[in-house]
Amino acid sequence: MRFSTQVLLGLAALVCTVVIVLSFERPPVRSTQIGFRGVGMQDLNNPRTLAVRVAANRLPEVPEAADTDGPKASELYENVQVLGELSAAQFGRIMQAMTEWIAPAQGCTYCHNPENMASDEVYTKVVSRRMLQMTRRINTDWTAHVGQVGVTCYTCHRGQPVPSEVWATAVLPHSGLQAQRGQNHPAPAANDSSLPGDPFTPFLLQANEIRVISNSSLPGRNPANTMQAEWTYSLMMTMSEGLGVNCTHCHNSRSFANWETSPPARLTAWHGIRMVRDLNTAYITPLQPLWAANPRGPADGPHGARLGPGGDALKINCATCHQGANRPFYGAPMLEGYPELRLISAGPARAASAE
Amino acid sequence: MAMLTFERKYRVRGGTLVGGDLFDFWIGPFWIGFFGITTAFFTFIGVGLILMGASIQGTFNPWLINIPPPDLAYGLRLAPMREGGLWQAITVCAIGAFVSWALRQAEISRKLGMGYHVPIAYGVAVFAYITLVVFRPILMGAWGHGFPYGIWSHLDWVSNVGYQHLHFHYNPAHMLAVTFFFTTVLALSMHGGLVLSALNPPKGEPVKTAEHENTYFRDLIGYSIGTLGIHRLGLFLALSAGFWSAVCIIISGPFWTRGWPEWWGWWLNMPIWK
Repeated sequence: MRFSTQVLLGLAALVCTVVIVLSFERPPVRSTQIGFRGVGMQDLNNPRTLAVRVAANRLPEVPEAADTDGPKASELYENVQVLGELSAAQFGRIMQAMTEWIAPAQGCTYCHNPENMASDEVYTKVVSRRMLQMTRRINTDWTAHVGQVGVTCYTCHRGQPVPSEVWATAVLPHSGLQAQRGQNHPAPAANDSSLPGDPFTPFLLQANEIRVISNSSLPGRNPANTMQAEWTYSLMMTMSEGLGVNCTHCHNSRSFANWETSPPARLTAWHGIRMVRDLNTAYITPLQPLWAANPRGPADGPHGARLGPGGDALKINCATCHQGANRPFYGAPMLEGYPELRLISAGPARAASAE
Repeated sequence: MAMLTFERKYRVRGGTLVGGDLFDFWIGPFWIGFFGITTAFFTFIGVGLILMGASIQGTFNPWLINIPPPDLAYGLRLAPMREGGLWQAITVCAIGAFVSWALRQAEISRKLGMGYHVPIAYGVAVFAYITLVVFRPILMGAWGHGFPYGIWSHLDWVSNVGYQHLHFHYNPAHMLAVTFFFTTVLALSMHGGLVLSALNPPKGEPVKTAEHENTYFRDLIGYSIGTLGIHRLGLFLALSAGFWSAVCIIISGPFWTRGWPEWWGWWLNMPIWK
């Protein structure tokens, strides 16, 4: 009895030691001061994991600039709707770049019928056209968020036909005595906490109110309740994770609501939330019928889910572009090497399903 | 100053750690000792420096006085007085005064032939303070990681450092510390309620004894820890609260840089239910 107790205690100590040694990080750590000294506003990083992330966030080599002379693509090729202002050389260069960015394994045929490159019969070509317009929208109308760094297809796609960081509305099972409320279960979107697991639908698709903090010290003046605060908290957690930062990157927690004590990054993030909402509603969701018609991708593959469990499109959040970096590719200029993407025509904002 | 009737029996010589008989004297009711002098020395200098900082800052409002540590850029070097050097000097004075006070408690314990419970208990609080302003800053590589000395400003620091880890309630040592704090309060309130009830019986009834107290808790929860045991339990609970508080902040930063909720991945990924 006494011996077995000792063995049990020894085993428990061993398990605890293993968990403690394997689950924590170690010094040295790297922190960057954001606010006034002593306020505790700092970005905090493990330099070893940061080095891995920086290495994984490198831009591909920019190909040699293309000749801008000569006839335009719209005069040379048929059915060029959004890239018509490009020269032939620029047109070829951006097509090549897009192939490398999005479908390096599949090549041109991921979007084109090799017998007739002008044809729109492969649905991915129609999607690409709309995505080019979305890129234009981001780079011209959302400079409040992307600045002059801009975005390219590679910002999200990174060599994959479907970007790795996308989301769909959660579908909750309705079995059992109590319907699930979408929280109180480890939520990957919210750092594995018990906060609501789908903060995207209410805030990055719908335009629900994110602000929940009282403007008054007196009770009864704030229409928001604790549950709404949990949804907001979940959104903020997912933004922090997507950017590899913590709450103090954008907020002085003395007052989350107060703009005067907030770092400037909060303003960029504020525009980012509106940008993502705009892109999801104006560009991604309207393409849903195309994906619904091809729910496993093009006939020749690669096969993989193009829709969420509820049949909705796979949508954008902060991590789609940022992928754990506070600025995508740690601030490397993405758009600079691709003047072609500045020449995308606005065109009619057609619903792709009508094509 | 007149001496209380029972006070004379405590005025015994000896027990000092430093200085022999040299500082073994009283001023009024206060025993001095070597560490009494060092405590006073560090306290006067430290408080003087805080007042100097307040005058530089331009406020003597006790809520608003703020002595912040240096910028992180200074690392573990000394900073100019007006840019955090004051904080460094005050930290030295505070540690000098706190450690002197603990050693004075040890000397008094020796003088009175007591155990070292009092200096050890106080030492846990001093250990927690030194963890905050010395151990953790050294592990993170800058004195700027210490907390600022100010009634309001240190609250900003606490809040922001917590939010550096997204959700501090998921810090496992913070969970333990909070639980020990609450349990300390629970035990103290139950103990206080019990003693007050026993000592204040209804009119006409005699004061109750420890047997009544034991019987009450045996009836209520099936166990009574006893009159001596409750004080040992209280000491254990209170010191555990302070100890795990120190642990919870020293692991935040040096040993974990991300959100605390995701630290629990090891639990969620246990092979038996993953």
